Amino acid sequence: MIPLSYFLVLGAILFALSVVGIFLNRKNVVILLMAIELMLLAVNMNFIAFSRYLGDISGQVFVFFILTVAAAESAIGLAILIGLFRTRQTINVDDLDSLKG
Amino acid sequence: MSFQEVVFFAFSAILVLSATMVITVRNPVRAALFLVLAFFSAACLWVLLEAEFLGIVLVLVYVGAVMVLFLFVVMMLDVNLVRLREGFGEYLPIGGIVAALLLLEMVIILSAGHFDLEGATIPPPKPAEYSNTRELGGVLYTFYVYPFEIAAVILLVAIVAAISLTLRKRKNTKYQNPAQQVRVRREDRVRLVKMAPERKRGRPS
Repeated sequence: MIPLSYFLVLGAILFALSVVGIFLNRKNVVILLMAIELMLLAVNMNFIAFSRYLGDISGQVFVFFILTVAAAESAIGLAILIGLFRTRQTINVDDLDSLKG
Repeated sequence: MSFQEVVFFAFSAILVLSATMVITVRNPVRAALFLVLAFFSAACLWVLLEAEFLGIVLVLVYVGAVMVLFLFVVMMLDVNLVRLREGFGEYLPIGGIVAALLLLEMVIILSAGHFDLEGATIPPPKPAEYSNTRELGGVLYTFYVYPFEIAAVILLVAIVAAISLTLRKRKNTKYQNPAQQVRVRREDRVRLVKMAPERKRGRPS
């Protein structure tokens, strides 16, 4: 049988991996968005594990809403990325500096 | 090791490995495909946790719609991959240290005994007629109906925002602009010119 801590450690590993991903891919906007999706996946894993082991369905309801909001956020993020790419032809974070100063 | 443990470790290994490949692979298209694999493995783990509806929703909605959107965008963008990998090796040690500390702290808390087999006992598996979808629907449309409607509004906002950010108008369409029509002034349209009257030759004025 699988104790709860196994699932929580799995969520922790995914979260740490996404943090590393943000550190490593600091210039590539698309990979940053993917690291954010991984972070949300880690949190969802925690919610569902707790929902099962505590017998409360609210954890799964919350995951339902997290999935909704994550889908909306990635759609808008990608739309912004497309608009940015149309004008700048780059997805390098360093080139998005026209507001500085 | 029971069959459940074998399944758990197999899917977790695939999940962790594909998540690692997402953040380290050079090509963003391959990163998106590895993310698809990670979501599939996570959906299998959720089915193992008896959350079948959410496992299926993850595959249908998240992989089927959101990751397909990611793949569309990633394949459309023509990126210069050389410049994007600058700073990859430079920040790897500090990133690795931060992640290792994060993981260590979480594992210390998680192995405190409250989450083990004694602290959080494994509930008995659900009976065969149990429908996770029915239970989720029963609670979603009664207690959580207000957040449900707000989630629908959030999706509507996402649709409107994504379209308004990326819509390009065709340059040669003709359309009326009532606000502009109402704003017209007489001075812009009519110009009175004083001219001497025209006369034909030989005729009396």
